[in-house]
Amino acid sequence: MSTLTPAAPRETSAGPTALNTGSRKRGKTRMDPTRNNTAAGLAAWLLALLFAAPVVWMILTSFHSETDAATNPPSIAANLTLDAYREFFGETSGVSPWPALINSATASILSTVLVLVLAIPAAYALSIRPVKKWTDVMFFFLSTKMMPVVAAILPLYLFARTVGALDNIWFLILMYTSMNLPIAVWMMRSFLAEVPVEMLEAAQIDGANLLLTLRKIIAPVAMPGIAATALICFIFSWNELLLARVLTGVVAGTAPVFLTGFVSGQGLFLAKVCAAAVVISLPVLFAGFAAQDKLVQGLSLGAVK
Amino acid sequence: MTTATARISRSGRSAATPSKNAKSRERALAWARRAPLLPALIFLIVVTQLPFVVTLIISLLNWNSLSPDKTAFAGFENYVTVLTDPDLRQAIFTTILLTVSVVLVSLLVGLGLALLLDKKFIGRGLARTLLIAPFLVVPVAAALIWKHALLNPTYGLINGILTWVWSLFGSATAPQLDLLSQAPMMAVIVSLVWQWTPFMMLILLAGLQSRPMDTVEAAQMDGATPWAIFRHLTLPHLRQYLELGGLLGAIYIVQNFDAVFTLTAGGLGTANLPYAIYQTFYFANEYGLASAAGVVVVIGTIIVATFALRTVFSLFKKEAAR
Repeated sequence: MSTLTPAAPRETSAGPTALNTGSRKRGKTRMDPTRNNTAAGLAAWLLALLFAAPVVWMILTSFHSETDAATNPPSIAANLTLDAYREFFGETSGVSPWPALINSATASILSTVLVLVLAIPAAYALSIRPVKKWTDVMFFFLSTKMMPVVAAILPLYLFARTVGALDNIWFLILMYTSMNLPIAVWMMRSFLAEVPVEMLEAAQIDGANLLLTLRKIIAPVAMPGIAATALICFIFSWNELLLARVLTGVVAGTAPVFLTGFVSGQGLFLAKVCAAAVVISLPVLFAGFAAQDKLVQGLSLGAVK
Repeated sequence: MTTATARISRSGRSAATPSKNAKSRERALAWARRAPLLPALIFLIVVTQLPFVVTLIISLLNWNSLSPDKTAFAGFENYVTVLTDPDLRQAIFTTILLTVSVVLVSLLVGLGLALLLDKKFIGRGLARTLLIAPFLVVPVAAALIWKHALLNPTYGLINGILTWVWSLFGSATAPQLDLLSQAPMMAVIVSLVWQWTPFMMLILLAGLQSRPMDTVEAAQMDGATPWAIFRHLTLPHLRQYLELGGLLGAIYIVQNFDAVFTLTAGGLGTANLPYAIYQTFYFANEYGLASAAGVVVVIGTIIVATFALRTVFSLFKKEAAR
């Protein structure tokens, strides 16, 4: 924020990453790399490395042998090996993480599909052809998200136990659907609201039916939003621990539940824990980086663009 | 918007419905509009609202599943226990301390990072990606990494670095930290701040980039200092983004279970309400008491949520007005 060069219009005039691409281009050509920006860049890089260090350390340690992983001071340059991954996949213990990983994938993917099936029509009725008092409905959806899971978990647990749905992946899928549905409705509404009204009117005048309007006008605009919504719902389901821990057991246990039971506390296990953490976090890292552009809009429920 | 949608609706399927009179036609129209909304609404009411009603009822019962024959109506006895039992009172206090400190610290650090990332520098995209990484580690995995790979007193990275730095100066007696047993609350807070700072940073960065730059430029022309610009232009603009980040963060962190469960297993005064409730019903089988504690959490969340809703609503109205 230097005032030393008032003559040169600062690149911030367009906002460095202003959302419209036109101004972004202009911003680049007008860029004026001042000393202050270098200092800010250095500081930002230092902090970025500090924040990423635990992740980097987790990845590095996962490729070390158990003896190299548990040294003080740390052995950064130790030999790399895949032993920890072999151990995680049950080479000596014979306990495979695959059932848990598959359960997690099943619960996350199917609940995300269910969420989209329910949320997209709902968002349609809240944005493109809004019902009366649609804002009230929106806030009802949001308020259900604000109710902590712990406030409803006992009845759900008792219900599942009574009907024999404990340790059943389908019950967990329904739970994850309800957990993500409010977020998805809010996100989808904000994405559908971006469909230009003029185009809808034009389609109407041309006599396009609902299906054609959905396919030709709404889908192209909403598709990136649907993808981002799906990725964020996937992440939340994949990460969930409390419901999975209470409602599942040996059969339907998910990856986070597997992970909590993974640390024996005996012998050296640090590299193994890191390998496990890496494997289980990989889908989330991929999904998160894929959704990076829409992550803010999604996480802020569409309130921030 | 309203006129446009009204016109569109006329060609919808309701137009095809034979109308006996205008009123029934209007009603059919309204239901045609509501139809796509109903599955989601009904599903959510059944899965979230009904259980809560049951929780409310159970909270008034004296019900321990280990002695079911003693189940009886208890009135507000469970609530009195929640507010007087030292462990549960401690859990309420822990929840507040945890939420407030994690939200405040991650907001402040997130603000700093957002201000830095708002400037242009080499590799900004990559730096931003690195900064998001903590948010994209599965929470349980993150807690395990903090517990074993970073904070472990004998071979964790933090003590390892201390030993290494001290050895550079020829000292064999480096100070060693043991947060997990000496300041377990601090360990939980640090790991959560690490995970939530990227979230705050993303929201605040979006806020910074939506700031109208012409006023900032004008202020710069007039010779305003960077601090004055930050204090009088940037900060007021960021206010609602700070509120939004803080309140959304608070709603998630009040409910945190993973970090407490994994890092400390609720020991040494780190059990927050979600963890205490889990313990109360899952291991102690005190269903009535757990439900009352759950209701207390809901009341607390409603208080926070009222503010959150107001903030979301102000941003939302602005967007809806566009």
